[in-house]
Amino acid sequence: MSAAVPPERTPDGPAGTQPGADRRTVVSGFLFGCGVAASIIDLAVFHLGLQWHHFYDLSTTEVALVADGVFHALGWFVTVWSLFLLADVRRRAEVVWRRWAGAVTAGVGAFQLFDGVVDHKVLGIHQIRYGVDLLPYDVVWIGSAVVVLLAGLVVLRRTRPARAGG
Amino acid sequence: MDHHHDQGLAALPWELLLVAGLAGAAAGYAVAVVAARRRAGWPLHRTVLWYLGLACAAAAVTGPVAVAARTSFTAHMLGHLLLGMVAPLLIVLAAPVTLLLRALPVGRARSVTRFLRSPGVRVVAHPVTAALLNAGGLWLLYTTELFHRAHASAPLGLVVQAHVLLAGCLFTASLVGPDSRLHPVSLRVRATVLVLFVAAHSVLAKWLYAHPPATVSLQDASTGAQLMYYGGDVVDVTLMVLVAAGWYRATGRRSGVRADRIVPTVGGTASRRGAARGEERLEARSAR
Repeated sequence: MSAAVPPERTPDGPAGTQPGADRRTVVSGFLFGCGVAASIIDLAVFHLGLQWHHFYDLSTTEVALVADGVFHALGWFVTVWSLFLLADVRRRAEVVWRRWAGAVTAGVGAFQLFDGVVDHKVLGIHQIRYGVDLLPYDVVWIGSAVVVLLAGLVVLRRTRPARAGG
Repeated sequence: MDHHHDQGLAALPWELLLVAGLAGAAAGYAVAVVAARRRAGWPLHRTVLWYLGLACAAAAVTGPVAVAARTSFTAHMLGHLLLGMVAPLLIVLAAPVTLLLRALPVGRARSVTRFLRSPGVRVVAHPVTAALLNAGGLWLLYTTELFHRAHASAPLGLVVQAHVLLAGCLFTASLVGPDSRLHPVSLRVRATVLVLFVAAHSVLAKWLYAHPPATVSLQDASTGAQLMYYGGDVVDVTLMVLVAAGWYRATGRRSGVRADRIVPTVGGTASRRGAARGEERLEARSAR
């Protein structure tokens, strides 16, 4: 029976030693970072916490409204999906948590960058804050997104699995 | 306006029709559970889910929420959330079709299965059709005159409520739950339909926030639209978790990872019996 199980499915050894599991760890972390940034950080920090955003600022074009709806749905879906992907990696191999955390950080940064450039500036779905000079807010938003993204990439680079036989 | 013509009709207790339907569903499930228990057994939690689901639907069509919904848009939205999303989720997780098949003698169960697998039923129960019926109904209700007409005419209101409940059940059953095994649909299709439905639902909520029905005050519309948006999110995220959990179970089964680390199915017995009938194979296929 066990002879029929392909080697990559043997549930021992860290994920780093298995190419499939390592890739899935990174995908799961990156998606989780994007999803959390899209669905939870925006809602909890800017909408409920600081109250800089409103539910809907009524200034959006129809295209942007639909795009916003799709991002909203995808954000939740990706958050949920990435956690099941992580659970799947976990039952097959040992998760390298630092690597996953690096991928999450990169995901948060990537989404914030996308949000700051495409959603706020290109599509104009909503702004960061209303009734203020937006330039410093945009600079801080996009700048911090780049920093977070780079930090995540650095961690990912440092936690790269050693090549087989190397 | 219509309600002048409908005075006679409005005097009839129309909502009792829906309540009677729900009572029939309550009694039918109990009879089926007794019959199924004689053969194999039926998990208690499914029975609990069924009655919770019916209670949510009943709370939406009769009683204080239904009365308040005549004047308050927010109460109307609470009723719709219960009727179109919460009740269907609970009802579908109660696996009424699986129960029916288990309660019936083999021969009749087979004819029911044959009917449920006929091309017509397949088309209607497909996630794409079900999502169009569900979201399409909502768009019609909130973007046309239908909202006012349904409030003015009791029979029309009844039809709208029945549609909201049935389309909600059809949509939910096409995506998740043990009954969806009858019509295996690829995971990719189900996930895509779910994401697009959630998007349509949230767009409609924001559209309503900006364009409330004529008679609704701005404050009421704002609260109602946000209830639709965030309340819908809670149910939608639950659906996403169930779809993803189905993938997790099926992929674990296919690749033979350690069984002890696989999340148990909601109805362990249902799954074991399903395996005996080869239905598990279908579920695994549907998770691709």
